[in-house]
Amino acid sequence: MPRVGIYLPIAEMSVNVFVLLAMGGAVGFLSGMFGVGGGFLITPLLIFYNIPPAIAVATGANQVIASSFSGALVHFKRKTLDVKLGTVLLAGGIVGASLGAMAFAYLRRLGQLDLIVSLLYVLFLGVVGGLMLLESVRALRRARSGQTVSLRKPGQHNWIHRLPLKMRFRASKLFVSVIPILVLGAFIGFLASIMGVGGGFIMVPALIYLLKVPTNVVIGTSLFQIIFVAAFTTIIHSTANQTVDVVLAFLLMVGGVAGAQYGARVGQRLRGEQLRALLALLVLAVALRLAFDLFVRPASVYSLSMGGV
Amino acid sequence: MRFKRCIGLVSFLSAFLPLGASAQNGIPEGIQIGLSTDRVSITSDFAGAELTIFGALDNADPLISRQGRYDVVVVLEGPARPVVVRKKTRVLGMWINTQSEVFRDVPASYSMALTRAPQDITDPDGYRRLALGTENIHLQPLDADGDPKTIEEFTAALRDRKEATGLYSTRVGGVRFLSQNLFRATLTLAPNVAVGTHRARAFLFRNGSFLRETSAQLTIRKAGLEQRLFEFAQRHGLIYGILAVLVAIVTGWLGRLIFRKD
Repeated sequence: MPRVGIYLPIAEMSVNVFVLLAMGGAVGFLSGMFGVGGGFLITPLLIFYNIPPAIAVATGANQVIASSFSGALVHFKRKTLDVKLGTVLLAGGIVGASLGAMAFAYLRRLGQLDLIVSLLYVLFLGVVGGLMLLESVRALRRARSGQTVSLRKPGQHNWIHRLPLKMRFRASKLFVSVIPILVLGAFIGFLASIMGVGGGFIMVPALIYLLKVPTNVVIGTSLFQIIFVAAFTTIIHSTANQTVDVVLAFLLMVGGVAGAQYGARVGQRLRGEQLRALLALLVLAVALRLAFDLFVRPASVYSLSMGGV
Repeated sequence: MRFKRCIGLVSFLSAFLPLGASAQNGIPEGIQIGLSTDRVSITSDFAGAELTIFGALDNADPLISRQGRYDVVVVLEGPARPVVVRKKTRVLGMWINTQSEVFRDVPASYSMALTRAPQDITDPDGYRRLALGTENIHLQPLDADGDPKTIEEFTAALRDRKEATGLYSTRVGGVRFLSQNLFRATLTLAPNVAVGTHRARAFLFRNGSFLRETSAQLTIRKAGLEQRLFEFAQRHGLIYGILAVLVAIVTGWLGRLIFRKD
């Protein structure tokens, strides 16, 4: 790969332009293929590339806006998103993201930010990847034996549907309490600002399995609210921590939007269960790689960081 | 790819020096260094650099010069900043930061060039007296009353990490005499060199004993756009964040326009 260096003004280091474009492109390709934002891949990749975790997280959030916006436009046009549901999720998301940013600054002062970021990634990627793999393997088996299944089972109610403060969401054909929606939004907003992700990889299964939102509006709604949560997170991080590197984010976005188009084309040729199984394996691989760093003795047990107490 | 950069010379003094009039006449030797520029800009393609400093000896004894018994050590010291050193230990199988020590006024970088191997120039005591060399940088913990053994451990770790990242470097043979009086020092600027005011110092030794030192200042800063972005991010974090969001939205939208297929 040719070495064309570019100096990142906020990260204060020189990096290879092509590595970043390729990284953005590869993640964009996968996100286009699987219909996910890709933030959960970008941030760990940046950390593997020696970008300080604080900057990787904040810049990851900035990058997520571009890919989510690009994706949400499609759904907006096809009207496959529920603006009302998205707005309620967003209200919770803003609260969660604010709390997340506070926790972020506190952990950074404590010197435990890197650890918590890695742990959260290992935990969530491990659980989500594991569940997805199980589910898709089951679906693949069923497909082989000729059964058809639908994820949504109308009429089947769980405890969530017994909560008060019900609201009607026409586009999703739902009549549910706003409490679980606000809590879900806040929880994902919190993770988004600590992990630098959009949270689609948690949001999508949560909307499908917990709230029983129809699958056709899930991705659009998730992307819609991610745009705003990621934008809010970016602004909070740049105000409180000055850790958003626009040069880095821009390179990733350019690679990302280009890669996404090719990924989407490949994705259309693969079957849903196969796609989910592949994505699950990918998610598990990233989780394992991060876990490896946590459990294997580092090259040096000492590290330096700038700043006072 | 390394970019070589010459920060040129102010060595004209040597041209006017009467070579004979030297230490044996009772006039002590002097040393001069100069930088043609007092600013180095880090541009977007910066990947580390070599900084060249020229200097000259005044009233050098030609005999000692010919015998190569003059030695010069040049040091470029970065701005002092507080640094936290953290140590990981194994907790539940995971490597976690458990201990830390704060040091104040740690030079962000320390790049040294010498005419010969350090032990051939003067003895360890001499270096210690001059606080010269990476092992003699004065590193002061914020909590000076801590366990001396811990402080010693963390001080050593701080030096070791700085050396591992190329911020503290020693270049034997980095100073060369071009003539009897004129010398050239080549110092390493790491890719992650700190911006701010750096101090260049030159030390002159004769027959293993220290004679004189001189210093000059150098400001390292980010060039044009990088500097403006950095300052803007520091001063106007809110507007910077809003602009970052707008850039992302426009990029996402343009990406849609360019690659749309539905």
